[in-house]
Amino acid sequence: MAAEAAEAAEVPALPESSTAALDTLSATLGDSVLGSHIKPNGDLWLRVATDAWRQAGEAARDELGCVWFDFLSVIDWLPSPFGRDMDAEQDRIVYGAEARELESMEHGLAGGESRLQVFARVAALPNGSIGGHGGPRSGRRDANDGEGDASSASSAAPAVIIKADLPDENPAVESWMSVYEGADWHEREAWEMFGVMFIGHPDLRHIYLPSEFEGHPMRKDFPLLARRVKPWPGIVDVELMPGEDDEAAEEAAGDLA
Amino acid sequence: MTAATREQMAYIAGQAADARLNVELETEGMTLNIGPQHPATHGTLRIVARLDGEQVIEAEPIMGYMHRGYEKLTEVRTYPQVTTLINRIDWLGSFANEVPFILAAEQLMEIEAPPRAQWIRTILFELSRIANISLFLGDMGVQLGALTPVFYAFRDREFVLNQIEAVTGGRFHPNFDRIGGLKDDLPAGWIDETREVLAKMRAFCDELEDLLMGNEIFEVRTRGIGIIPADVGLAYGLSGANIRASGVDWDIRRDNPCGLVYDQLDWQVWTHPDGDSFARYWVRLQEVREATRIIEQLFDGLPSGPIMAKVPRIIKVPAGEAYAETENPLGAMGYYIVSKGDLVPFRVKIRSASFSNLSIAPWLLKGVYVPDIITILASLYFILGDIDR
Repeated sequence: MAAEAAEAAEVPALPESSTAALDTLSATLGDSVLGSHIKPNGDLWLRVATDAWRQAGEAARDELGCVWFDFLSVIDWLPSPFGRDMDAEQDRIVYGAEARELESMEHGLAGGESRLQVFARVAALPNGSIGGHGGPRSGRRDANDGEGDASSASSAAPAVIIKADLPDENPAVESWMSVYEGADWHEREAWEMFGVMFIGHPDLRHIYLPSEFEGHPMRKDFPLLARRVKPWPGIVDVELMPGEDDEAAEEAAGDLA
Repeated sequence: MTAATREQMAYIAGQAADARLNVELETEGMTLNIGPQHPATHGTLRIVARLDGEQVIEAEPIMGYMHRGYEKLTEVRTYPQVTTLINRIDWLGSFANEVPFILAAEQLMEIEAPPRAQWIRTILFELSRIANISLFLGDMGVQLGALTPVFYAFRDREFVLNQIEAVTGGRFHPNFDRIGGLKDDLPAGWIDETREVLAKMRAFCDELEDLLMGNEIFEVRTRGIGIIPADVGLAYGLSGANIRASGVDWDIRRDNPCGLVYDQLDWQVWTHPDGDSFARYWVRLQEVREATRIIEQLFDGLPSGPIMAKVPRIIKVPAGEAYAETENPLGAMGYYIVSKGDLVPFRVKIRSASFSNLSIAPWLLKGVYVPDIITILASLYFILGDIDR
């Protein structure tokens, strides 16, 4: 996906703050940067090597000033083995839809090589926002002093979405808890839902599910059981009344005739 | 008295003495369970606090009682169907939940809602803020033992909910936002009615200021309690009024108003330097007032025109990734959508404000006194639906 990044860099409309932020991170992380992407609206994606995951967080915090921890989670890129978009085996029997071949894995922005990817977003605040005296300040950016270039909302405060590939066998990555304390619960959730190990997390245990729960529900190969046993009624506009099936409807029609 | 009974008595006395000694000398911690049902929690949250006397050594929030698996469910719902689900994340400000999702989907489809739709979106967004936070303003009194304010809050919030219902048909779950615009236009006469409601809400704020903020008990119980320093709060991902009460002048409405029209209005961001429970209450009170002013400006400048952009009847979102975040009543809320060009999202990460806001609780509750647990949690203001998703 390096080609994609190069292509994106040629578009003149890209906000300078985002390219500058990318340059700063690339300079700090060196070869660990595996891919990047900037959207015309300034959103910045960065993919780093698994080993550099924690360093990437530190670089974003220290070099870029991204003091605000937004979220951390995982994407499972495996195409769902359970058929088409939203139906189960059951739906095919009922509605006669054809089974679809399992697609090959396709990764999103900034590329990827593995099935599971950890990703997090951190953001910097506008200049001079910390340590004020309180009280009201204008809701118009340009009305406030000392905020420099007010032409674009994202120009003052960079934000970055950092991704890292995880090994397919025993997915594990260094914990971000030493960088952002708030990563604690987000990592617990990711561990529980995706089975990703966060090395250095002191207290990795279930956060939502009961402690005896087995499996990782957000993985694509974990079936949504409700959908296995009953097709989603929202897939068609009209559904039969409860207890009514096609035969019964035909019979009723026959009786009338 | 026989020898046997005397022996028995001596034994009992000895036991009693031992027991007294235990009470006096051993300082073994006590575990206090709060919840899962507690009025301070807006849902079902359990807190296990280890106490040393009256002080908390460690407090551990336990959630998941209401986990509904929305992130998994969105993977089997078409885009228009998803809004029905996400309505129920923060159920006190439902419309506000829909907005960032729709904005992220619109980003991927490269559609922009017509101006009138954007303005009405912003109006409803701010109305949900008033409905949501006004309940907090009253509820905070309950946590301190003052029952009156919450009745005022329920009474006056109803006026706002009526207005939301008049537009959307739903008091709590509007499901009104559409990719490319809105379901309907505003009903006739609605703007004038709402102006009256806004005046009522301003009076409500004044009333609560009199009732609570001037109250000595309220001041003593909240001033200097549960102080969050700005840097700690930011590292925990706090947002919204919680972080503005720590002196951080940062509001997504101003600093990244993607898709909403705040940049065309004249309004103010309120902060408080103290970072304590009182500051959080104060900031929210100002925000409700500010929201009434914002809505009046939106009424004055409301453009005419269509409320729906040209959107295909069957919505397929092109492949890609997008993240949109807005300043919801509880704080920053965002949706990270991964699309593979299908009818359904491939993956939706829901960034909800309360999850991050509550994650500071173990840090914040360390060392506080037992009654302060309740006021601190109440002042952090989270909704369990917004945590458990």
